[in-house]
Amino acid sequence: MRKFLSFRDFDWVLFGFVLAIAALGVLQIYSASANTKFAGVHVKQMYWLLAGLAAMFIMSVVDYHFLVEKSHWAYIVSILSLMAVFAVGVTALGAKRWIRLPGIGLFQPSEWVKLVLIIVVARYFASLNQRDVTWPDVLKGIALVAVPMFMVLKQPDLGTSLTYLPPLAVGLFLGGMKWKHAAVFLIAGALMAPIAWKFVLKPYQKERLVNFIHPENDPKGTGYQITQSLIAVGNGGIFGKGIAQGTQTQGMFLPVTHTDFIFSSFAEEHGFVGAMGVLLLYFIVLMRLVQNAQTAPDRVGAMIIMGVVAILVFHILVNVGMVLGMMPVTGIPLPLMSYGGSSVMFMFLALGMVMNIRMRRFVN
Amino acid sequence: MAIGREEKIPASKFTVVQYGVLAIFLVLGFGLWRLQVIGSSRYETLAEQNRIRTIPILAPRGKIKDREGRVIVDNYPSFSALLIREDARDLVVKLPKIAAGLNMPEEEIRSILRRMAGRTKSEPAVLKQDITPDEVAFIEANKTELPELETIMVHRRLYPKDGFAAHLIGYVGEVSETDLDRPQFELYNQGDIVGKSGLEYQYNDMLIGKDGARRVLVDTRGKEVGRLSKTPAVPGKELRLAMDLDIQIAAEEALEGHNGAIVAMDPRNGEILALVSRPVFDPNHFAVRISRDEWNKLLTDPAKPLMNKAIQAQLAPGSVFKIIMSVAGVQENITQNMVVNCGGGRDFYGRHFKCWVVAEHRTHGAVDLAKAIYQSCDTFFYTLGERLGIGRIAKYAQAFGLGQRSGIDLPEEAVGVVPSEEWKIRTQKQKWYAGETISVSIGQGAVTTTPIQLARAIGAIASEGRLVRPHTVIVDALPEEVRQRVENFKETSLVAIEHQGWETITDAMADVVNPIGTAPSAHLKDIDFAGKTGSAQVISNTLRSKLSGKEYRDNGWFAGVTPRRNPEIVVATLIEQGEHGYLAARITAQVIKAFVEKKRRNQVQTAQAMPSKKEVEVGAVWSESARGNDGLHGGRFNVAWSNGPRPAKQRSLVRTSPPVSGMGGN
Repeated sequence: MRKFLSFRDFDWVLFGFVLAIAALGVLQIYSASANTKFAGVHVKQMYWLLAGLAAMFIMSVVDYHFLVEKSHWAYIVSILSLMAVFAVGVTALGAKRWIRLPGIGLFQPSEWVKLVLIIVVARYFASLNQRDVTWPDVLKGIALVAVPMFMVLKQPDLGTSLTYLPPLAVGLFLGGMKWKHAAVFLIAGALMAPIAWKFVLKPYQKERLVNFIHPENDPKGTGYQITQSLIAVGNGGIFGKGIAQGTQTQGMFLPVTHTDFIFSSFAEEHGFVGAMGVLLLYFIVLMRLVQNAQTAPDRVGAMIIMGVVAILVFHILVNVGMVLGMMPVTGIPLPLMSYGGSSVMFMFLALGMVMNIRMRRFVN
Repeated sequence: MAIGREEKIPASKFTVVQYGVLAIFLVLGFGLWRLQVIGSSRYETLAEQNRIRTIPILAPRGKIKDREGRVIVDNYPSFSALLIREDARDLVVKLPKIAAGLNMPEEEIRSILRRMAGRTKSEPAVLKQDITPDEVAFIEANKTELPELETIMVHRRLYPKDGFAAHLIGYVGEVSETDLDRPQFELYNQGDIVGKSGLEYQYNDMLIGKDGARRVLVDTRGKEVGRLSKTPAVPGKELRLAMDLDIQIAAEEALEGHNGAIVAMDPRNGEILALVSRPVFDPNHFAVRISRDEWNKLLTDPAKPLMNKAIQAQLAPGSVFKIIMSVAGVQENITQNMVVNCGGGRDFYGRHFKCWVVAEHRTHGAVDLAKAIYQSCDTFFYTLGERLGIGRIAKYAQAFGLGQRSGIDLPEEAVGVVPSEEWKIRTQKQKWYAGETISVSIGQGAVTTTPIQLARAIGAIASEGRLVRPHTVIVDALPEEVRQRVENFKETSLVAIEHQGWETITDAMADVVNPIGTAPSAHLKDIDFAGKTGSAQVISNTLRSKLSGKEYRDNGWFAGVTPRRNPEIVVATLIEQGEHGYLAARITAQVIKAFVEKKRRNQVQTAQAMPSKKEVEVGAVWSESARGNDGLHGGRFNVAWSNGPRPAKQRSLVRTSPPVSGMGGN
């Protein structure tokens, strides 16, 4: 039943748009880092992209049903790797997020856990098969995500842990969660917020939230980052300052220009027209993904693609929202554009799964 | 997997997701629109401000020169050590090195940083002001190791040493919070250096200049990456004083060792040739930052070193007032044929008023106006005062500028008091007693004057009634806009004095310093020196008998002119606790002598075109140590400056200039 696989069924349109975004990312990484100590990272980014493409093609040929069947093992390994971070993790910037793998270097398990969670959550909610979803069903689904999420939160890495929520939300939605469940979650969430503020959030996380609301409080810290980002975006105007001409980007006023704030520097140098163009590319990619989900051969395939959509949308919303001063600073990169190996690898593995599912759409 | 029996996910749910995504993108698109289309001009400005920094170029204050162009007050470049707190790393480790390099205790640096802790990081901490060249070299040499250390150059005021002319010049300091609230300071900013007293205050707007600015491009670390434009600083305008350095030196030396004041003025035009007040403070100590202890000491010193006594000491003029009395007597036709027999005093209104002469166990006998002046006979003036009455006395005193500000261009001039019946009712709500008129007749009682008022009045009387307005600057040398403001400095008024009486009074004044007068020891050979002594009681004689000590001794006065009629200079001298006027007369004589000798020397020079013997250097700073070595005014002038506690030798900034030769005539 899986003999007629062909790369003719590979989604070349989606691939083309993804590559276009990645290429703009490399260009902007080059422009933003050329005059800094990070000069040359765009070349590294291209290597990561090549590695990502290879991973994507490999991922697309392994039947996703195989991955789904073995996903409980992957889940166990995920939990173990997160425990390993606690045990032997490398501390940097006040957080323990990495483990050192011999020969590979620093590895951030929380990134690939994302991928595992997409599959595990899709598998779980697909298995519910549209029967009347009960409270135990809902709570089991939540528990699947809550365990790794809590472990990542403790690293601490609020941003990444929050990215585990969108696949869950989409799973609950598509899996047949009732409105009354949703209502209970909303109320519970509202009640939990003050407790979370008091016991879960680290002081620096609270500070970021406060600075998001009052950036002038901390003109040199995260408030500074927001302020400088707003200036950079606004300075771009309609047509932008031109490649490598953004004073905010080139004068190093913008923080971490080639990673988390890459959209800010892109918006400065390419203006409203360029930034809207990039948003349009992302929008096309997302619509294409939803279309692929609709044509997926089965529920689990559709749910996996929708999980990818959810994570992608969440990243874009949080990152671009942060750059535009609409969201607090969380350190979530912009997928496909921000510099970073883990992020690139995750995106292309996720796309590989999408291709995998698409290529099998006519199988039965 | 149970394929086939599976239910499809409803298409409507995908549609919901698609619209959700669309909504999110519309929100983000709106965010971009808000920043890049609506707010773009505002953010462009902010982006500009981000990278353009305006660095002020401080304008040096104008120099102050004497009437012959000799520099009295100059500026010198001074460096301050700054700690750029934004860039400071591992300070704890570096502190000992910084402290050693800047020759200051570590604890002092720590306390400076503690004080700055509450301020924004971008504000650098001033570690030490006015650092030595060695310390500047230390900072420059350690640029890589200690990048947080910076130097900035400021122009600091360089005043003559040891408070020479300090009360005339005044001093500068940081503009105070209260000043900043006043309208005339609206253009000034926190930290600006402004004149605080004396001429520095009076002519501040002219001396201050206009700071320039450099606009530079910087990166986030504030590192300069490019230059945009430069507005050069406009230095403050030079102030040319009427003061004659030679006369000032003579006056400073003459007053050395006494408390009091000397003011010398050209009675023909009101130009102040010298102005000294003692004790003195050193304005150089204010130029960096005066320590609290030193400031408190100056404030609480009973001898009031900060007070400019030449214009602020209001004291009974004593017998100097008799000259005004004499003019009143002449004008009212009382003294022409008036002869009073002095038996050592006389009774008035049931009370006995003594003449000073009884202390010497003699009497003046028959006294006319001339003898009354040169012998300073109290009995004569008591009698005259009785005949004039307080109303007419007050009229003449006021006509010669007593009881009112002279209008000198120095801040906070005192008014003095000319008592009268109305004055007493107004101020004390009491009736005037006739006996008080008798005291006022000899310059005692309620009448008080300042040295500048006496110089002006006596100068006017010797000039046959021409009353001038004293001023410290040469009006014609002022810049146009300032000159218009002070045009009234040249105004004079005429008080009529009957010619015969005038000659009598001025001749009698010349006899004061003759053997028959009260101050024969002040006689100057070959110089037409005239004046009037005064010894003013501080407390009544009865009280004095109970108390003793210097602070209750009389104040000595002398107001002298040369030549006796239509003089070229009038000098008023106040010696606090000076016992008698003849001491003040001798001090006045020194100033007069210096004036006349200089004039004669200049005449000889113009005639023979001979270079000056006198060694005077530009930027001359009066040096106490070099006093009295060649008899020529007893002064030699070192070009070196002290700056607070540091000995002058330590500075490498010592500058020498060639002596000025062939001083032009005046």
